[in-house]
Amino acid sequence: MTTTLAAGRRRGRPALRNIAVGWSFLLPNFAGFAILTLIPVVLLFYYAFTEWNVFGGSTWSGLANFRQMWDDTSFWTALRNTFYYTAFHIPLTLTVSLGLALLLNRKLRGVAFFRTVAFFPYITSIVAIAQIWNMLFSPSYGPVNQLLRAIGVANPPGWTTSADWSMPAVIVVGTWREMGYYMLLFLAGLQTIPAQLHEAAKVDGANAWQRFRAVTLPGLRPTTFFITVMLTIGSFKVFDLILVMTDGGPGQSTLVLSQYIYQKGFEENQFGYASALSIVLFAICFLVTIVQFLVNKSRDS
Amino acid sequence: MVRRILGYLVLGIAAVAVLLPFYWMVVSSLKTNNDVFTVPVQWLPADPVWSNYADIWSKSGMTTWLGNTVLLSAVVTLLQVFTGSFAAYGFAKVHFPGRDVLFLAYIGTLAVPWQSYMIPQFIMMSKLQLTDSLWSIIALQAFGPLGVFLMKQFYESVPDELVDAARIDGMSEYGIYRRIMLPLSVPALASLTLITLVATWNDYLGPLLYLRSPDLWTIQLGLKSFINQYNAEYALIMTGSVLSVLPIVVIFLAGQRYFVEGIATTGLKG
Repeated sequence: MTTTLAAGRRRGRPALRNIAVGWSFLLPNFAGFAILTLIPVVLLFYYAFTEWNVFGGSTWSGLANFRQMWDDTSFWTALRNTFYYTAFHIPLTLTVSLGLALLLNRKLRGVAFFRTVAFFPYITSIVAIAQIWNMLFSPSYGPVNQLLRAIGVANPPGWTTSADWSMPAVIVVGTWREMGYYMLLFLAGLQTIPAQLHEAAKVDGANAWQRFRAVTLPGLRPTTFFITVMLTIGSFKVFDLILVMTDGGPGQSTLVLSQYIYQKGFEENQFGYASALSIVLFAICFLVTIVQFLVNKSRDS
Repeated sequence: MVRRILGYLVLGIAAVAVLLPFYWMVVSSLKTNNDVFTVPVQWLPADPVWSNYADIWSKSGMTTWLGNTVLLSAVVTLLQVFTGSFAAYGFAKVHFPGRDVLFLAYIGTLAVPWQSYMIPQFIMMSKLQLTDSLWSIIALQAFGPLGVFLMKQFYESVPDELVDAARIDGMSEYGIYRRIMLPLSVPALASLTLITLVATWNDYLGPLLYLRSPDLWTIQLGLKSFINQYNAEYALIMTGSVLSVLPIVVIFLAGQRYFVEGIATTGLKG
């Protein structure tokens, strides 16, 4: 009965009425969404080919911005640093959050408490967190280096004051901050795997590692896929954590692409060039997402 | 047995690793400035300096910053929850051509980093003369696709039969939304409320780009400028950090269940 009713609504006048009613529900949100998200995304592809003068007007400049980018060493540094962050942040966060989720999926006392605790870094502000960690990482008197000295590291790194160690420091904080969030997604994924599958594997004599490989990992596939996509986009756009912790420094050792966009656009008013840089960020995220979807699909079939 | 103990051990280490920075923040906020960095670390201040919590109000614009943040968080959350759930009903329960394509556009933009279109968005907002006003942040955050997405997931779990029965009884779509869907979706609405509230409270970049006048600053911007201005006042900086984090921790603990549910549903079905 339901289907005939719904079908009836889709034909003739009721269908017209549905369009009006449907759009009336969407409109309050869609108007804002279209103006503030869709239009800017489209404009981006125009602005990237323009030059802006001091009075705020734009002129078409063709590929000039992209040619400028090619010769811009800061751009390449920012791009390299972005990949550096991504290459370590993704596997690290995946491992830690999956490990925690597996641990918390068992019946241990205190599990509920820890689930709550693990979330704290994710809900608290970047400014406060960055400041706490900057102080913890402080070279001479910071607790982190005090600990390292206590366990026998004679010359612990200067962390955010050292060009070599600033990026690892930022990656550690980034992972610490996000692991609770991804752990939660993994936990939700784990709960969709039927317990009977594990039981059956146990009966067949599979040990814990074999069960993890044969039951848990395949069962988590959709979750892992989603998390990897989210983590990838999150890593490529990383910005506020770095802005507050190191401001891209020392030197340009932690300068990332989104921060470079910010510098060019908001500090130097080069809107055209900043838009061209934005296109690179957009393209990377777009391509990576598409590739991940294709890989996921080919594995499905 | 051994595995159980090992499990607890790893859990214990992880809990300490997560909580220790927060503990250090709170302890440092109760120290004198000279005691923040000592060798070895003082894990318990001998004489807690409670006056830090009084001093910070006179030394900073904390009252203004918190006021702006509360106002913004409330308005943004209200709009996001209302427009989001309203649109979600349209996407989930009303059939009309083009609906699914449109929804795909919504979802698609979730994968587009904000940093990639913040420049054209800023230019547009300045042409609309909305920059340097609280309106800019409201506009920026109130119409996101997240609320639509989360609420649609929930509405789709409500059986169509229920909605059709109400239609046969002559109830209008708006009536169904208000009198059937909204009451049913209180847990999902609570999730969305908490997620939006936390995100708005903690946002740093949006306000950084748009709110230039100090009397418009949010707690995040204020705290950052305080850190820059008093960069050697370690204890007070930690006091400010505690104050910026405390409201959100209280809200999170109060509505933890909904928060976790919301993350799990929005997360899973992407």
